[in-house]
Order: sequence, then structure tokens, then C-alpha cells
Amino acid sequence: MNGYSGVWVYSENKDLMTEMLGKGSELAGKLQTQLSAILLGHEVKGLADELIGHGADKVYLVDNPVLRSLSTEPRLSALTSLVARHKPEIILVGSTRRGRELASRLATRLETGCVPDCTQLSLDEQRRLVTERMVYGGNATVTQVFQVKPQIVCVPLRAFEKPQFREKKGEIIEESAAQLEQPRIETVEVKPVETAAVKIEEARVVVVGGRGIEKKEDFKILEELSQTLGGQVGYTRPLAEDRKWFSGDWIGLSGHKIKPALYIGCGISGVIQHVAGIRDSQVIVAINKDAEAPIFEVADYIVVGDLYEIVPVLSSALKKLLRS
Amino acid sequence: MVRVIVCVKQAIDVSQLKVDTATRKLITVDAPRKISDFDKNALEEAIRLKEKLGGEVLTLTLGPEDAKTTMREALAMGADKAYVISDPTLENSDTLATSHILAEAVKKIGQFDLILCGEASIDSFSAQVGPRLAERLNIPQVTYARKLSLEGDVLTAERSLEDAVETVKAKTPLLVTVTREINEPRIPSLMAIMKASKKEVVLWKAADLSIAKEKVGEAGSAIKVLDVLAPKVERKKIVMKGENAVEVAEKLAKALIQEGVVGR
Repeated sequence: MNGYSGVWVYSENKDLMTEMLGKGSELAGKLQTQLSAILLGHEVKGLADELIGHGADKVYLVDNPVLRSLSTEPRLSALTSLVARHKPEIILVGSTRRGRELASRLATRLETGCVPDCTQLSLDEQRRLVTERMVYGGNATVTQVFQVKPQIVCVPLRAFEKPQFREKKGEIIEESAAQLEQPRIETVEVKPVETAAVKIEEARVVVVGGRGIEKKEDFKILEELSQTLGGQVGYTRPLAEDRKWFSGDWIGLSGHKIKPALYIGCGISGVIQHVAGIRDSQVIVAINKDAEAPIFEVADYIVVGDLYEIVPVLSSALKKLLRS
Repeated sequence: MVRVIVCVKQAIDVSQLKVDTATRKLITVDAPRKISDFDKNALEEAIRLKEKLGGEVLTLTLGPEDAKTTMREALAMGADKAYVISDPTLENSDTLATSHILAEAVKKIGQFDLILCGEASIDSFSAQVGPRLAERLNIPQVTYARKLSLEGDVLTAERSLEDAVETVKAKTPLLVTVTREINEPRIPSLMAIMKASKKEVVLWKAADLSIAKEKVGEAGSAIKVLDVLAPKVERKKIVMKGENAVEVAEKLAKALIQEGVVGR
């Protein structure tokens, strides 16, 4: 395990890259080692300063036209040779679907472990990386420790705070892009999925409707409440999957995992799949007719009542109070 | 003709898991197990390919010996033959070790056009075994496929990514992981269940495969589990009471303003 040092951060997603630099900087500080960002692409050198400003001591840059695409093979080969050359002890990879695939293949090529979707990272007394993640459909958190290096983990969006940008100096190291593997999968078309202007993960307030909502049109009372609070509206899995009211991702472990300042669940029973996706909200309000609804077990404010009566008057009460 | 290997995990049925509230430990002993949901989607897709193009569907699983019983369900759905790898020395293998075991089994099975896997398992949800297996076999992979078709040796698939739907083409042999959107797995008929009892289930021990001992089980794993605990719930659980909805709503609104989570 000797001979490995340094903390690395890589993602094709810029937001994730920045957030991971914050956590990476903390880990590098404790290990008294350097934090490096890995930048793969073509004509992307201009992005290096931003990575340095967000905490990177070094930026390893691999510049090659083939890296314009997000295909796995060229990126995998670039990362593998960088790791072989510089031997980092920790690699944080952004947990997008592309990132998870890449990290799994990289870890296999390096005969090492990879922990996906880590929400907590720390170091034990032997300076080994200790990870926490949710398993069993949200029923449990597993704590794991690495036995070998490099230690590769995937980090989801919004798991860690984005660090402040500050002007500072850093080193940009241009690495050879020779011997990059060519993509083995041909990309025919990329159709962007329409997403809300503000991502629901970033909303400060999220009002979520569940099976207690009788008709899709009734979401307008939830929208009024969320607009009053400058928030966003979400829905649970049955409304998308069974009733087919919506086509995007629901709020829950298998969809959007959110941690807003305020979550208001309306007509939601609170199956574990949903609760696991909202558990880290700062304040949880639950409104449900059924006094036995499991969601009340994880709520700060419990309203046993008909959402059709409560939600509209809650909107007007908040409007009145926020105006004064 | 198409030869498809489907990797199937006999997973803990997470919807039936119970927690010991005093210790926050999960009661996993004797917890009901089933074919992991997304693996059923993979199996269904493989069977549809076979129905269209002819060929063979083989299932491959690593787990306790009673996985043989679970595999009967896969055979009833339409798989032709099941391979079960079961050996105490392989227990507690992480994804690194598991991919080594599966890769050796695939090599022993021989020629194939496609390997299908679920995008992740319902219990550990790591989404790693698929890509790791592809890496071991040095074949390309298409992850998160929500639609696929095969013409000759060219596979076309739609990948469901966070911000985009990507259409890709690739040549067989390759590995594909599928999402739950891809299909609705069939429920086998009584007739199919009866027929499945005559199909072959092959049981392999570690010694039947070219497995490197130091690469499997707990010793061959890169990651060690320290603890599995139900999350702590520390919520206020304040029940809002009042004469009527308006009174309840006003109390709640004031509480939220005091919490500092609404307004500026």
C-alpha cells in the first residue's frame, strides 16, 4: 500500500467537480498531501484556473480531440495511465451514470475497490478511507473501509458543499495523450432531456405530492404553496409509474435525492424508497389524513388532516406572514 | 440465432426487510430473497431477443446453494439453462472479487453474443458488477439501456442518462445493463413452471472454475464492511393541533418562519 499519495478529483460534470474539490481539499489537508483535479477534453485548458481557484493544487490535463466525446474507453485509458504514473491514494469520481461506469472499469483495471454514491468520507487512524452509503433500498447505511489503494469512490451531486472560489496559484501539468484507446461504442445521437430551469436538487423548498392527490390538476394547490415559498414541486414514484401523470424522475432513492431546507410532503404515506430520498432535508413537514402514515415517523411537523383543506390555507397564512 | 448470458442476483427483498429498532441492525438472516428487479428486466429482454431471433438464454448467478430454487423462476420465464456458482470460499466477495468469479464462469460457458445485467441490484445498488465484468472480459459495455435491438452483430440501444437520452451502436460480443423502463417482465404460466422443472441447473464450486483463491472471498475483496445500520431518526415529530384547518395552518406557518426555512 506504500508509494501512493495525493487526492484526485475527476468528473465530466462541472458542478460535481467543484463540490468534490471542497471535500478533496479537506481530505488532502488531513493527509498532508496535494489535491489534484483531472481535466480531460480538447481545448479545455481554460477551465484549469477555475479548478485551482476551487482548491486544486495541481491540474493534470490531457488534451486530445478524441476526448471531446464522453465515451468511456479514451477516458478510461487516459485515467489508467495517469494513475499508473502518479499513484494517487484517493480518487473521487463524480457519481453520474457515466462516472459510475467509468469508475467501475477503472477500479477493475487497477484491481482495486470502488464505493459508489458515498455521502460521507473520512479517514481512520491508519489513514485509510472510510465511506458511508445507503443500501438495502434506503433501509440502512453501510460503513466500509478500503483494504487496498488507490481508493476509488463515487460522489453524488449535492453530497458536499461547494467551496468558495478564491484567486490562487496552482500548477497545470500537461500530460501526454498518446495511446488513448478509441471508443468501442458509436454514439449515434444525444437527445437532451428537458429539465426544469432550476434543478430540484437545488431548490430551497420542495413541495411533494403523493397518492393522496386525486387528480393531476390538483397539483395546482401544491404549486401555489411552492410559489409562495420560491420552491419547486415534486411527486412520488406511483404518480409517475402507475398513474403516468409525469414522465421525469420522481423524488426518492431511485429518482431525485433531495435535501432542501424545507420539505413539505402532501398526501404521502412514506414508503422507505421515498423517505430515503428526502431523509437529509433540514425540516420535514408531512400532511396526511392517515394518523398512522409512516412518513410521520421521520417528520418534524406533523399535520393529520386533509391536504385539500390544509394546503390552500397554509399558502395564504404564509403569504400573509411573509408580507408583514 | 443469439446466445445471451443473463447475470442474475438472488437479492434480499428490501421491501420486506425488518429493523431491530433497539440496535438499528437489520434482520437479514432468513430475510426473504428474490431475483433482483432489474435482473428480471434483463432476463425478460434476453427472452424477447431469443423469441425474435432464435437462440439460447443462459442465466448465471453467484450465491448460496438455494439460489438453485430461485433460478427455477428464471427458467420458467423462458431461460434455457441456469448456472449457479456456490461455494463457502466465495462468500463475502465484493464487486471486485465477484466480477473475477463471474468472468471465469463466462469463459467456461464459452461463446456468447450478449451478456445482459440489471443496472444495479436492489439490495446493494452498486451498479458495478456489469461494467467490471465487461472490463474483465475485455468487451465493451452499454450501461443504462432503456431500449435495445439487435440486427446481425450490431446492437442499437438507447441509454437513459441524467440529462440526455443517448442512442448508441456497438458490435457483439458486448455487455448491456438495462433499466426498469425497458420492459415489463412476464409472469410465467403454470405450464411454463412445470416445463422449467425439466430444465438443467448446473452447479459449480470454486474448484470448477479457474479462480485465483487470493482474489475471492473476504481476503480477495478490496473493501471491508465495518457496519450496516438503519439510519438514526432525529426528528421533532411535533403534531400541529388546532380547532380548524386555518388555525393549524397558521401555527405551522409561524413555526416554519421561526425555523428560518422560509422567507429570506
